[in-house]
Amino acid sequence: LPAAVLLKDTKLMDVKLGQLGSWLATRDFTPGGIMGAMRRGYERYYNKYINVRKGGLGGISMVLAAYVVLSYMWSYSHVKHDRRRKYH
Amino acid sequence: MSLSFFDQFSSPSLLGIPLILIAMVFPALLLPSPGNRWINNRLSTLQLWFINLITKQLMIPLDKKGHKWALILTSLMMFLLLTNLLGLLPYTFTPTTQLSMNLALAFPLWLATLLTGLRNQPSVSLGHLLPEGTPTLLIPALILIETTSLLIRPLALGVRLTANLTAGHLLIQLISTATTTLMTTMPVVSLLTLAVLLLLTILEVAVAMIQAYVFVLLLSLYLQENI
Repeated sequence: LPAAVLLKDTKLMDVKLGQLGSWLATRDFTPGGIMGAMRRGYERYYNKYINVRKGGLGGISMVLAAYVVLSYMWSYSHVKHDRRRKYH
Repeated sequence: MSLSFFDQFSSPSLLGIPLILIAMVFPALLLPSPGNRWINNRLSTLQLWFINLITKQLMIPLDKKGHKWALILTSLMMFLLLTNLLGLLPYTFTPTTQLSMNLALAFPLWLATLLTGLRNQPSVSLGHLLPEGTPTLLIPALILIETTSLLIRPLALGVRLTANLTAGHLLIQLISTATTTLMTTMPVVSLLTLAVLLLLTILEVAVAMIQAYVFVLLLSLYLQENI
């Protein structure tokens, strides 16, 4: 049977494009659900890159790079005026 | 809209949501709580070693009653260290450049040390206002001076941290503007300015760490006098 696995239990990468809307409807968007999703994401990253026997600089550098990119995005509206100014 | 060099210090907000909260909470993400294994991952080991170092340094001069302050002083130190260092990354916002935040950290903690001293050993605390061996004629003047110096401590704590970090960030911005502007006209001078910028960045890293340490050290000193 093609729909043997419930749509609720399929991972995001296995969901067909047409099913995306109904898949999103099965997700839990309550505050508790969002906190659970954030915790799961944090644990995934932590166990993959940091909580390993010989973790390196990469694990924490990716976090810092993401922070820099995020800060740039947040301050873009302020920074874009600097591009073509003659006197700063 | 007049842009000045001080615009980097304006508290950022996105659609009205103050982003300073995220800047203040983010350092906590970099400090995972160690699991209950005997040997943890490298980040947790480094963190534990560093926290042990700080706590021992701060707690050695204090007696048993002062050890109650270990948690708040160590966490204050970690917070200041991480926020100062994270502010050196490009485009990030340093919450400790805001005077409001530094005064909010300095005032209550200083007041707590003062009230602890006044409550538990009032005569000893007041005795600190007059150093030993002063000539009798100077006593009134010296008491006034010492009281002023006592009352100005929280302001000094807050303003010291703010001024150091703000000045550092401003200098970095000014010199990097000079470097980029000179690159088209006088490249050799621009290279010299780049060398200055490199040295300045190293200095700023040191200042970030030292200022955090000085803040907490002075608080622990005020505590030693009063506990």
